[in-house]
Amino acid sequence: MRQASPKNSVEPPGGFLDAASGQPLRPTARAALDAALDHGWADPARRYHDARRARLLLDAARESVAARIGARPDEVSFTASGTQAVHLGVAGLVRGRVRTGDRIAATAVEHSSVLHAARAYGVPVIVPVDGLGRLDLEAFAGQVGSPGVALAAVQSANHEVGTRQPVAAAVDLAAEHDVPLLLDAAQSVGRDDLPGGWSVLTASAHKWGGPSGVGVLAVRTGVRWRSPSPDDPRETGRVPGFVAVPLVVAAAAALEEAESERATESARLHALVDRIRARVPEVVPDVVVLGDPIDRLPHVVTFSCLYTDGETLLDLLDAEGFAASSGSSCVADALEPSHVLAAMGALTQGNLRVSLPSGVREQDVDRFLAVLPGVVARVRATLGAEGL
Amino acid sequence: MDETGIPAYDRVVDERGSRCPKPIISLARMASADPAARILLLADDAAADTDVPAWCGFRSRMLSWVGPAPDGHGRAYLVVPLDPEPSPLLS
Repeated sequence: MRQASPKNSVEPPGGFLDAASGQPLRPTARAALDAALDHGWADPARRYHDARRARLLLDAARESVAARIGARPDEVSFTASGTQAVHLGVAGLVRGRVRTGDRIAATAVEHSSVLHAARAYGVPVIVPVDGLGRLDLEAFAGQVGSPGVALAAVQSANHEVGTRQPVAAAVDLAAEHDVPLLLDAAQSVGRDDLPGGWSVLTASAHKWGGPSGVGVLAVRTGVRWRSPSPDDPRETGRVPGFVAVPLVVAAAAALEEAESERATESARLHALVDRIRARVPEVVPDVVVLGDPIDRLPHVVTFSCLYTDGETLLDLLDAEGFAASSGSSCVADALEPSHVLAAMGALTQGNLRVSLPSGVREQDVDRFLAVLPGVVARVRATLGAEGL
Repeated sequence: MDETGIPAYDRVVDERGSRCPKPIISLARMASADPAARILLLADDAAADTDVPAWCGFRSRMLSWVGPAPDGHGRAYLVVPLDPEPSPLLS
């Protein structure tokens, strides 16, 4: 007797609006993962049938990911996370340029993994940003041209406010001084056009609907990058340890799907974010919508509501079935506001980041917009801040 | 300016020990009660450095001075009206 087919996918809850943290696994990736658990379990470095099968799967996944980020397959290594990719990327570039110096020119709004790596492996030189969160190219030019700079770290687009960085111009400035550029492309891969010209690119699979546990570290041929890890031949000597073949296969399948739908889906999400950006100031008093309204990621928008706290906003939204995130100090472990918002000089209290997952329903965005004014009003009433 | 180096002010709002967004709400309450006052906000919340000037932008005020609090605990923010005699038409 035939059994009813098992439910193959978990439908993302309609109120999930935190895709920039990581979105649910795509059903196609789950199917690829299932198959790869059966056929890709063996050690791809060994010499027998199952090993060759695992190796074929891994090679195909690597070729697929490489093509989609504009790299050669042998330039691409898989890590256990985007953060690990960033750490290895920064450390390896510093190690490759010991004779030059250990200064790391990083924008003030890089992901914390980049800033932490810069502090751990060198001396950070922070490049300021403007009120939209966009790096100051003049300052960048001065810093990247100063002596002892091992690398520049520039994100493709900001993970909190969505503003795209002028990567092409930064690449040119870095190249003038023979400084390699690490591009943290975590928010853009599978979502947005990718700039070229990088020396090292890092990304994270669960941002595009792949599984958690897979990061991408791409090192351009000819770039002086030296592994900071003990010798290990795996992943072209860049990432020690047994690579998670089934997860990598699933990540590649998810990226293929994300890329195949990107043109239409990005335009749709861009328009939905336009709607949020326009509507929020109409329905919520004393709010500021942050980041570049046009030159931005398709799916990310951030705003701050005066006289509210991010923690309570998140809790009340959660009770209404919505998942978002916040850069307010009360939400952070260290009780410091988001370094991104602080660098922009933006209001940090009552901060909400909304990031749309692929396939988000228009009606869920509209329901969010319908619920938000009441949530903000309730927080203000609780704090006794009405009419101020 | 007195011996602490703090410029002249009319009112003090001491919100040291309270966290965002309370210092800003207390500042707004004082500004609402006494719109022409030069207010010295004392705070030790990490968000105040960005949120005080951001609030000033919302409410036509200016952050005219920042420094250590008179007794050394926390920081002092001097917030003054942008226009010394705000027009009632603009309020």
